[in-house]
Amino acid sequence: MDLIADHISHRFGALDVLDDVSFQVSAGEIVAIVGPSGCGKSTLLSILGGLLRPSQGAAELRGAPPAGSLNPLTFVFQDFALLPWNTVEENVAFPLLHTALSAGERRAVIDDALRRTGLSDFRAAYPKQLSGGMRQRVGIARALAVRPAILLMDEPLSALDSQTRELLMEDFVGLLADGTMGAVYVTHNLEEAVRLADRVVVLSRRPGRIREIVTIPMTRAERGTADARAPMAALQGELWSLIRKEAIDAEREVQHA
Amino acid sequence: MLDRASQETKSQSVEATRPVAFRGAGFTPRGSRYSGWIALALVIAVWQLAGSAGWVNPLFLPAPSAIAVAIYKLAVSGALWQHLSWSIMRIGTGWIIGTAAGVIVGFSIGLSTMARGVGITFISALFPIPKIALLPLLILWLGIGEEPKVATIALGVFFSTAISVYSGVDAVPRNLIRMAQSFNVPFHAIVRRVIWPGALPSILAGFRITASVALLLVVSAEMIGAQYGIGAFVLQAGNLMQTDQLLAGVVILSLFGLAVGRLINLLETRLLHWR
Repeated sequence: MDLIADHISHRFGALDVLDDVSFQVSAGEIVAIVGPSGCGKSTLLSILGGLLRPSQGAAELRGAPPAGSLNPLTFVFQDFALLPWNTVEENVAFPLLHTALSAGERRAVIDDALRRTGLSDFRAAYPKQLSGGMRQRVGIARALAVRPAILLMDEPLSALDSQTRELLMEDFVGLLADGTMGAVYVTHNLEEAVRLADRVVVLSRRPGRIREIVTIPMTRAERGTADARAPMAALQGELWSLIRKEAIDAEREVQHA
Repeated sequence: MLDRASQETKSQSVEATRPVAFRGAGFTPRGSRYSGWIALALVIAVWQLAGSAGWVNPLFLPAPSAIAVAIYKLAVSGALWQHLSWSIMRIGTGWIIGTAAGVIVGFSIGLSTMARGVGITFISALFPIPKIALLPLLILWLGIGEEPKVATIALGVFFSTAISVYSGVDAVPRNLIRMAQSFNVPFHAIVRRVIWPGALPSILAGFRITASVALLLVVSAEMIGAQYGIGAFVLQAGNLMQTDQLLAGVVILSLFGLAVGRLINLLETRLLHWR
């Protein structure tokens, strides 16, 4: 199943946020979206996921979702969005409660998602008892439980400390390694974009327009090797040169606002 | 190669060291289990001493022992239960009606644009009116039985409940609602599994307020037009200058308020254990 951004523009009142953004995410592909602060990355993701109606253009799907997918477009949120009154297990079960799965099937799906995210021993814990990294794992387990075709990840690591971020990044690489799931990965961290994405969509400052779509010329497996460090750093430098001036302008704009 | 060490000791120097001054004290008040009770016991002891020593006229301020005797006599004679049961019936009925209506209207205002537009205007206009002022009108409408008293309590409870419910609904983090929508969770399930538990802290805080409002209104309503009830009893005792009985009624009201507060604490502990 492909996800298509078809000439998407959006405005909040008099404020133009996105301007004519078009790109495509093919099945199994990971596309990162980077750009200066306030360029509309998260707005674009909300539109792609059907949580926001664009002012112009459309988010479209092509092809059938994979068999057994309960929610083809599934979000992983920056602030985890866990229900604080539910345990880890109940949070993972939450999106399954209104599906046609039997109780037994549901239990199997929950067990599998908890196992894949290393949460099996924490199923009875409440979110407040978990670290930020563990909370995001719950968010990921909940997303995996509905067997998505495309994960929509809105800066999923930005609320975490650098060590936890590194560990979760490894988890993402592992979870997305088999190529069955695609992803749109919104981030302001260029290292994350280069590590994870097949292609990087670079947005300009507000209103966000596509400046460039950069293809990462390495497989995801190759990027884990020591030999890949230098070319990845070069790619990061290239991406940074594309957004540096606009990031500075965006920062000044925020200061003067 | 990393330069590694497991521990570093203070280097030798001719200059003397001094400890860093601690500046982090205070601003962390903690509740004490017994201090409140000890303070209360002290006040009662001083009060009793003042009464026993004849420092105050018992007509103006009866001693705690006299009040305790009055309560005992009321309990033994059965009058206490008679008055209390009427008050509890009125409070219970009025509170349940007011709360049920307040929860329904509060959720409607919290979830529907149309209900919000209409509801908030009416609530803002009617909430500040002292509900006891409506009792004569309610008597005209509903007769002189229990209905106007119950309706007064229900009205008082309704407005506070509606406000606390829609404030609670508004306070539910939008990201949780968006999350549920992103998983295609149906509207009714979002209300039941996200909005209701998210609004519950505010709703229970509202219950605490409405319990006090109900107590206030039942006493006022019973003072205006009732033969039985704690309010009627306090008024009768005052008219007959039986200040020990009057204060016995006040103590019973206070104990009733404490019991309700305790019940809400239990509810909070049970329902908001996740906080």
